[in-house]
Amino acid sequence: MRRDRAGTRAAAYAVLAAASVFYLLPLYVLAVTSMKSFAEVSLARMWALPSGLYFSSFAQAWHGNVAHGFRGLSANFYNSVKLTVPATAISAALGSMNGYVLAKWRFRGSEVVFPAILFGMFIPYQSILIPLVQTLQRLGLYGTLPGLIFVHVVYGIPITTLIFRNYYAQVPDELIEAGTVDGAGLWGIYQRIIVPLSPPALVVAAIWQFTSIWNDFLFGVTVTSQPDVQPITVALNNLAGSFIVEWNVQMGGALLAALPTLVVYVALGRYFMRGLMAGSLKG
Amino acid sequence: MWDRAAATAMLLPSVVAIAVFVYGFVGWTGYVSLTRWNDVLPNYAWAGLRTYADLFDTFRFRIDLLNTLRFTLAFLAGCLGVGFTLAVLLDRGLRGEAIFRTIFLAPLAISFIVTGVVWRWLLNPGSAQLGSVGINLLLERAHLGALRTGWYTDPRIGILAVALAALWQLSGYTMALYLAGLRSVPDELREAARVDGAGEWQVYRRILMPLLQPITLSAVIILGHISLKIFDLVVAMTGSGPGFSSDVPAYFMFDTTFRGNHFAQGAAIAEVLLVLVALLTVPYLIYSTRAEAGR
Repeated sequence: MRRDRAGTRAAAYAVLAAASVFYLLPLYVLAVTSMKSFAEVSLARMWALPSGLYFSSFAQAWHGNVAHGFRGLSANFYNSVKLTVPATAISAALGSMNGYVLAKWRFRGSEVVFPAILFGMFIPYQSILIPLVQTLQRLGLYGTLPGLIFVHVVYGIPITTLIFRNYYAQVPDELIEAGTVDGAGLWGIYQRIIVPLSPPALVVAAIWQFTSIWNDFLFGVTVTSQPDVQPITVALNNLAGSFIVEWNVQMGGALLAALPTLVVYVALGRYFMRGLMAGSLKG
Repeated sequence: MWDRAAATAMLLPSVVAIAVFVYGFVGWTGYVSLTRWNDVLPNYAWAGLRTYADLFDTFRFRIDLLNTLRFTLAFLAGCLGVGFTLAVLLDRGLRGEAIFRTIFLAPLAISFIVTGVVWRWLLNPGSAQLGSVGINLLLERAHLGALRTGWYTDPRIGILAVALAALWQLSGYTMALYLAGLRSVPDELREAARVDGAGEWQVYRRILMPLLQPITLSAVIILGHISLKIFDLVVAMTGSGPGFSSDVPAYFMFDTTFRGNHFAQGAAIAEVLLVLVALLTVPYLIYSTRAEAGR
């Protein structure tokens, strides 16, 4: 490690501190506004600290306000949970199986199949929305949570396949050969050797999928039109676009929508980073 | 024999799903864009390329393309500049590095909708009754009141206000890419340059920047395709804006298709977007999967 002169180091800290202020400001506003009482919420005092911890903004964002005629986000929060958990699990399972076959059992055409699958994570989803709505309507899945889960599973396949394939590519071929010598077939090796080795990749894929499905808006707003089925991002956008909802309640709702993924990020940041790096195809 | 059946059973469902839901659907959207389906009920009468020709003559779409260009340039330049600077500073092994990294990357965990809701208030122009609000209020307090602007309500700024929020959300990503790149450069290389009498700046300019070029390329492609697709942030923060000053193709597509029932027009916009994204990402995809196979 290089020795910096004291002056250089102070300058570096100054820039980093200024950058930290920039990144934290919106989170600060989000947090303090949600904590303020209704009496002290004014835009002119936007940057002031709350006089105490009031959770009334959260409570309104959560329960809604019948007198003001808006719905709370509680049902939508649960919708997002009911949607994100199974969609994450299923797409991770599919990604694991695909990644294993693509990494360890090269077949004719596998070098075409892999990038062809990956392209699915780059496409603008606008280019599939019209047939998607038509198809879901025909299958009776339009406007339902199972329909939205199905959509997230399908379009989650590329990234989970990528994460698992890159991870399995590092598993020594000798392990596979040893399994073959013991008489295990492709499925047996998967069950007995590969699956037990998978937790690190599984954590990365699960965090990635949890974050992107929880944060999704486009699929949610396209597939679900009924307020009681919508995920939290869609409901939050409706709440924030409504003129009857005070802005501290909007901020309370935004914080509610942000908390689950922020908690996961703070607790498991290392794995979050790995998913991020996988997304740039650099393994 | 058994192995082949097992491999097929494991891989085929996903391959079929991608074939249908990605490639089949993209093809079907392409077909819709060549029809006269511009009403609630499907109408598959052939229109040829007329929708595309009309689209490129449409005022809103032309502005959208220009907005995409402005957004992309500002967003990319900002992310690369901020990301590189922060990475270089963090690479010096300062105390507290982990805390700074955690702060810079936190916005990545949040949805664009949350970001849009917060930044809509931060960049609120304020009004005569309210006075200054958000960032404008901070500028006023810092005696920089002259810098206050209407942000997204000013048509000259428009989409650039959205780019600022996007920069806040995603610049940590370029920081992380560059930091990983800097950490992979062996110390001996820097030492050798210093022994040869190169100053700190020259070490960066001559040794590190050329080595980091592949990272810059990945960042440009990943961020560039995000900016072509930007949608959620526009919805939550501004919508189309005054005179479509913050409108983008992805928003136009959603608006015209699902609110206006102009399905053929929406399909055409989507296909234009797809072609732009493909031009950017396909060469990169082929290159990186090939390079990996050769390893």
